[in-house]
Amino acid sequence: MSAVSCKNLIKTFTQGEQIIKGLDDVTINIEPGEFVCLSGPSGSGKTTLLNALGGLDNPDSGEILVDSKRVDLLSKSDLADMRLHNIGFVFQAYNLIPVLTAQENIEFVMQIQGVPAQERREKSRAILAEVDLADHEDRRPAQLSGGQQQRVAVARAIVSDPTLVLADEPTANLDSKTAVQLIELFLKLNLERNITFVIATHDTRVMDYCRRLVRMVDGKIVSDLQQPGIGVSS
Amino acid sequence: MAQEQSVSASILAKLAWRNLWRNYRRTLIMLTAIVIGVWAMILFSALMRGMLDEMVHAGLRVLPGEVQIHHPAFRDDPSIANSMQEPQGELLATLNRPPVQAWTARIKVPGMISSERDNRGAQLLGIDPAQEIALGFDPGDIVEGRFLESPQDKGIVIGRKLAERLETQLGKRVVIMSQDPDNDVADRGVRIVGIYKARLQATEELNVYVGRETLQKMLRIDKQVSEVAITANSYKTVDTWWPAIATAAGPELDTQPWMVLDAYLGTILSIQGTMNLIIMIIIFLALSFGLVNTLVMAVFERIREIGLMMALGMRPQWIMYQVLLESLMLLCLGLIIGNVLAAATILPLEGGIDISIVGDGLEMYGMGATLYPVLAAQDMLNSTLVVLVLGLLASLIPAWRASRYNPIQALAKN
Repeated sequence: MSAVSCKNLIKTFTQGEQIIKGLDDVTINIEPGEFVCLSGPSGSGKTTLLNALGGLDNPDSGEILVDSKRVDLLSKSDLADMRLHNIGFVFQAYNLIPVLTAQENIEFVMQIQGVPAQERREKSRAILAEVDLADHEDRRPAQLSGGQQQRVAVARAIVSDPTLVLADEPTANLDSKTAVQLIELFLKLNLERNITFVIATHDTRVMDYCRRLVRMVDGKIVSDLQQPGIGVSS
Repeated sequence: MAQEQSVSASILAKLAWRNLWRNYRRTLIMLTAIVIGVWAMILFSALMRGMLDEMVHAGLRVLPGEVQIHHPAFRDDPSIANSMQEPQGELLATLNRPPVQAWTARIKVPGMISSERDNRGAQLLGIDPAQEIALGFDPGDIVEGRFLESPQDKGIVIGRKLAERLETQLGKRVVIMSQDPDNDVADRGVRIVGIYKARLQATEELNVYVGRETLQKMLRIDKQVSEVAITANSYKTVDTWWPAIATAAGPELDTQPWMVLDAYLGTILSIQGTMNLIIMIIIFLALSFGLVNTLVMAVFERIREIGLMMALGMRPQWIMYQVLLESLMLLCLGLIIGNVLAAATILPLEGGIDISIVGDGLEMYGMGATLYPVLAAQDMLNSTLVVLVLGLLASLIPAWRASRYNPIQALAKN
């Protein structure tokens, strides 16, 4: 059973009178525990594919399966539930909730899930320590650096033990050192927790860590390469 | 699932409260508007309630008694021919036990009063002064001379304004005139022993008081009276006790509560609640536009966050609840402060507000020169309901819009 897969996915956008193919008959199958990078130039369809796989955007046609569930057939509320329980998201712009502290941001997803307060607290503290932000739990996003905010976002994405983490350009706003630290954190979580990572990026520093590199151009997958040895030894 | 719902409610409440104070200036402005609106609604209702209360009291004060018994034809033709026997038997026993606090039997006939200079139409009231005082006539209203001393008193007490009109004064003799049951003229010369003041000039001009037995003799109606007036000292509870009086009086007499006897006052009082509610709704409708604008702005500024929360798995209806909760918190805060402020304003004024500057104009509505605002729990409850119901209805628009965002489009907003 694959962690996430899609078949003959088509998504078009209209720009003026022009119809742009965001996804052009994309088929991909990602197994549990894979560490996959979607690469390609801007407008190649990486983010569109990621959004479709995460149930954030509906394709025009095609099938998407997450944990054997047809995502493309779910209602808005069921999609929300699927994202809540199965998928962790990491965005380029960190996207933390500014009125909540680092710890509250991490607890947010668990709180919606209905995890008891004590368990939430323990898990959020443990995960903050894991991303090296143990002393920053009471800080609000505005009081954290970009790298720290992104680590909080990663902690939020994985704290509820999702089977799949979708990351969209997670290192785009980070300096080299922080970017490498972040991707190493991803890799560690992938290896230790067997979480499937799908990362849309055009950052070569990130691609260097991916065991599977999928290249997209104009909404199509043009190459899908396994990079044996990469990541595991890192 | 139940646990999921309750825990979600706690995060929604936390987010709503913190978002409320994110732009605290805007929140404070809106809060101030709600507070003023609530305060104005309750104050207005208290003034209206006080005004109507005063109108009813003034109306009842003209001839005290929340319940009156008459000959069945008297209300259509208030002549001495339509008189009745003084209370006796079961009726007398009922009148002499609680909840009746006081009662009196009066003669009330239209007549004429003439001084040596002028004459006027007047209402001749043949009374038992002790019963009348027990019923509510204030001897302190006698500004010159004295009140009648007994039903046999041979003097007359007239109003200050009537004395002015007749160009007469205390100690002078006047002639009172009416018709007896045979339609013959009945008259008598009487000396003015007292002059009274009333809240309403019309009362001073209309009512003249004569001893009941004196008037009975003049009209040749031994032991007959025009009306029996009864009080239990609360016009509001009259519905609970007047049927017992009616039963005791029997079907051959016409027993009615004050709101039937004075249909105008009765109607005004019955529509008071509705009028207050309509005015409350109008006040808050104006405010609700501000509330909608504030929430629309607040939602607009947070589109990205709303998109994020949806992306993380928050259901659209929870987004809606969060905005509604934010509105509810603002409304509740406004209600608490507004209610406290209204109580703090009205309670010190319950002793009365001097409105003599506009007293003449208000007299035509049966009001005196002092207005007594009444802080009523009903008005506070009504304003709370109006604010909550209309406020939440107004908030539905921005809340619904927030829940309809597409997460991807919302996340793409700057």
